[in-house]
Amino acid sequence: MSATDPHQAEHQALHRTIEAVWRIESARVIAGLTRLTRDVGLAEDLAQEALLAALEQWPQSGVPDNPAAWLTATAKRRAIDLFRRNAVAQRKHEELGRELEALEQTSPDLDSTLDNTIGDDLLRLVFIACDPILPTESRAALTLRLLGGLTTDEIARAFLTTEPAIAQRIVRAKRTLADKHIPFEVPRGLEFAARLSSVLEVIYLIFNEGYSATTGDDLMRPTLCEDALRLGRILAELTPAEPEVHGLVALMEIQASRIRARITSTGELVLLFDQNRTQWDQLLIHRGLNAIERAHKIDTTRGPYLLQAEIAACHARARTPSETDWQRIVILYTELAQVIPSPVIELNRAVAVSMAHGPQAGLTLVDALASEPSLARYHLLPSVRADLLYKLGRHPEARTEFERAAALTRNIRERGLLLTRAASCETDPTHSSEK
Amino acid sequence: MRFMVIVKATAESEKEGALPDPQLMAEMGKYNEELSKAGVLLALDGLHPSSKGARVKFSGKSRTVVDGPFTEAKELIAGFSILQVKSLEEAIEWVKRGPNCGAGDYEVEIRQVFEMEDFAPILSEEQIQHKVERRAQLPNQTANK
Repeated sequence: MSATDPHQAEHQALHRTIEAVWRIESARVIAGLTRLTRDVGLAEDLAQEALLAALEQWPQSGVPDNPAAWLTATAKRRAIDLFRRNAVAQRKHEELGRELEALEQTSPDLDSTLDNTIGDDLLRLVFIACDPILPTESRAALTLRLLGGLTTDEIARAFLTTEPAIAQRIVRAKRTLADKHIPFEVPRGLEFAARLSSVLEVIYLIFNEGYSATTGDDLMRPTLCEDALRLGRILAELTPAEPEVHGLVALMEIQASRIRARITSTGELVLLFDQNRTQWDQLLIHRGLNAIERAHKIDTTRGPYLLQAEIAACHARARTPSETDWQRIVILYTELAQVIPSPVIELNRAVAVSMAHGPQAGLTLVDALASEPSLARYHLLPSVRADLLYKLGRHPEARTEFERAAALTRNIRERGLLLTRAASCETDPTHSSEK
Repeated sequence: MRFMVIVKATAESEKEGALPDPQLMAEMGKYNEELSKAGVLLALDGLHPSSKGARVKFSGKSRTVVDGPFTEAKELIAGFSILQVKSLEEAIEWVKRGPNCGAGDYEVEIRQVFEMEDFAPILSEEQIQHKVERRAQLPNQTANK
């Protein structure tokens, strides 16, 4: 049979349609089933079985009018069968099985019942997938699997690992959730903020897996940014009163707006100030600025994601690098450094200060970071310092620093750039003051 | 990937000053909210009838302006949205879920938006490996990001 066989082509088209339906519906189906079974691992297995049944049956029967209801009903029937089989051994499940049946009988319109609580169930699913009991990479894999509707193979490609490794990671995560009896609920009170920040961390990690890799390599990775954005946007609608969620969405929208300007046609990274700003995606910038607005309407205090989003927005608003509002960026970095103290943020702040108040002001701050142990092997510290020294006309010192930075980076292209700059310090010894 | 969903006009949508039926508006609102909640709706707009628009015809160096309205409603556009989804099939599935917002028959066209990936060169395994290694060197927060 050839690939152009019309029957086979039709079959493949249907397969893609089922995949699409799965992408749209799987999170809601799994969330609903988790509420019924109180076991997210089992719920996912049941949903997968329903998907397999769809792949078997829909080619003959056609895609049902309400595919989500079909998938849920199929999975639920399997749940009931399963509970019946286990009923003798496990009384608890027997009760649950009866409850399920009773629920089905008393509420023929189960799907609309599901619909009303679906938002809550989805949010519970988000929290269970991002439970801090799981290692971060498991949280990311599970979130993509349960909420993003990605296949194990897609997740493996996204994280540059093998399918069995991801499959194992997911199985282990589901087992941990079951063993530790992690409840299917939205955390309350003080715990909520901490748990939400774990969720945001997972989504941003997924985004960065895609974003820092967006150097024109395999096409899967910008897609990962889209997955993270989609998750963020979903979360923003599930928890509309949380400013940091809007902050994260804004940060991702604005960073994503630069994706096409961020790499050259040969796949090389282009730094922010060298990017062609006309290539920035204005639609995403607009969405990012809107998300910042939404956050501002909720609260006047600013968390780390919102602050980073606002810094990104300062760049997004500037049509040319020289129009950048550095004064404002300095204020935002100062606030950010207070919210999450970090030498890397201090270094960024020093760069902003140098842009706002001149290289000497920046250099003073950079020098204060010289003894910071966590920056000892961080090539950007000497790189920033070298640049400021160069601007101050202190070329011999700048050269030493450029060379030090070049020795610290293992990135070949960046090393080349730094060595070129080091050499330029030497070829221009008469140059003494460049402001 | 992104798709532009183009809603074609009807005699109804081309009527000047005609506002859609409130119930229909409510249904559309609910549907658009569903798209938003799913994180797939990037942008959405409805268009005034063509009587409020114009066409600029290009021929060589000449530009001729023709004011609306235009005939052939089914070839006109009444609104559009931009969806960010995984596949054409997903865009189709979302569009099929929308309410029917016209008394007569009309069409919704789905077109893929050109994006960076469409122009990206196909890299060799070696190049990809190089990128992967390099990516590992990138700190989470870089100065001048």
